[in-house]
Amino acid sequence: MADGADNGRTGTFTVKSGLAQMLKGGVIMDVTTPEQAVLAEAAGACAVMALERIPADIRALGGVARMSDPEMVSGIQAAVTIPVMAKCRIGHFAEAQILQALEIDFVDESEVLTPADEAHHVDKSAFTVPFVCGATDLGEALRRIAEGAAMIRTKGEAGTGNVVEAVRHMRTIQGGIRWLVGLPAEERYAAAKELRAPHELVERVAADGTLPVVNFSAGGIATPADAALMMQLGAEGVFVGSGIFKSDDPERRARAIVEAVTHYEDPEVLARVSGGLQGAMPGIEVDREHGELLQTRGW
Amino acid sequence: MVRERELAKPLIGVLAVQGAFAEHVLGLERVGADSRLVRQPTDLEGLDGLVIPGGESTTLGLLGARTGLLDAVQRTLAGGLPVFGTCAGMIMLADETTGGPQPLIGGLDICVRRNAFGRQVASFEADVELTPFPEAPFPGVFIRAPWAERVGPGVEILASRGGHAIAARTDVALVTAFHPELTDDLRVHDLFLRMVREAGAHDSVGASPVHRKEGERVRAQ
Repeated sequence: MADGADNGRTGTFTVKSGLAQMLKGGVIMDVTTPEQAVLAEAAGACAVMALERIPADIRALGGVARMSDPEMVSGIQAAVTIPVMAKCRIGHFAEAQILQALEIDFVDESEVLTPADEAHHVDKSAFTVPFVCGATDLGEALRRIAEGAAMIRTKGEAGTGNVVEAVRHMRTIQGGIRWLVGLPAEERYAAAKELRAPHELVERVAADGTLPVVNFSAGGIATPADAALMMQLGAEGVFVGSGIFKSDDPERRARAIVEAVTHYEDPEVLARVSGGLQGAMPGIEVDREHGELLQTRGW
Repeated sequence: MVRERELAKPLIGVLAVQGAFAEHVLGLERVGADSRLVRQPTDLEGLDGLVIPGGESTTLGLLGARTGLLDAVQRTLAGGLPVFGTCAGMIMLADETTGGPQPLIGGLDICVRRNAFGRQVASFEADVELTPFPEAPFPGVFIRAPWAERVGPGVEILASRGGHAIAARTDVALVTAFHPELTDDLRVHDLFLRMVREAGAHDSVGASPVHRKEGERVRAQ
């Protein structure tokens, strides 16, 4: 019997997208220290995102935002047993190689960091580690999947505590899927051109009525109600960045958002977990006229 | 061969706290079962079987403990309800883990090591020789998978890898370290359905009066 005789095939699309499937219905929390990671795990996070500064602080501080210090990432890996994610800059495949060498469980090729390449994203299919990428519409999601992304998240507008952009992106992606499903075959070629996405992926979405990978929501989720809203709009889980550790009672808020994602269709549970939370992160209005929006990064 | 009493369409609960529960719902449908998502203790009433899906076992445990769902599942399983756990579900059903304490459902006399094969970069696909399926290996998808470090005398090992059990069963419990729900191979779900039907046949009172009223009652012979 081949008991342990074969070594198995690592880095297949099935095991990469499979981890994303295991994260569904969960909350992935941004953490900057091992202590925050432990708190997130104890609150029921299904994974943590290790980064040096949460998006709200990246916004405030300005300058070039890069991959986190590997020592800091390792410290967080040592502190928890749940999956640990980390961000690399768009197109910065050397940062991604370093994160893979650290045995990070998921790499987020993220617009929250300063892009390293203005034309190309990382060739994610060349990696053993799975990647999650942000998207604002269906075409962008499919381009990232074509490059090998094993998971998609709406970009929203990170660090704002304002859910409006996440809602726009989720509705745009879902609307794009519904549009494709309704198209006859001969119109799906032009659709692929319009979406700037491979025809093969367009066909798959049209047949399945869903993206071929898990789709989470991110960027501006600050309350249990925000999380429930995104889940009802079709998100399969949520990322919460600044929303937890920029709030007045991170532990309680973290637990509340976790419960809200599980019971997103149960307003009574949502009412219970939303009550008595201290202040949410202050949040900022998304100003589309002035200043750079993080969501416009990525091509 | 003994003919099992057939529940026309067994009703299987799928724990839906966090994780890949939708994939199990599809698998169960394809082998001819009805399913119900289980989020509250009341969702456990009238089930013929229960699936604990893959996900993050710490999340499942913490959330389940917080809402009283774990206790309710423990009580239901103690009554002999057949249960099938994959990956995190296998961890949840184990009596103990090698790591620190975490909330578990327990009931199966095994000790599991979480993330036994390593972090995600070590996750893999490999053929698994399962004793119930000598005809062809099963496509195993292992994602940050556990293995059983110790298996109690009353538990039958169905498959091993590197000397560690990766699939096991009793009359009413079935666990796999890998994810049959991520493949098109329905043999493990089918095996669980057979266990459900056998348990139903031996259990004249029935753990699920509500559902069985609708079921066609074919006598066990």
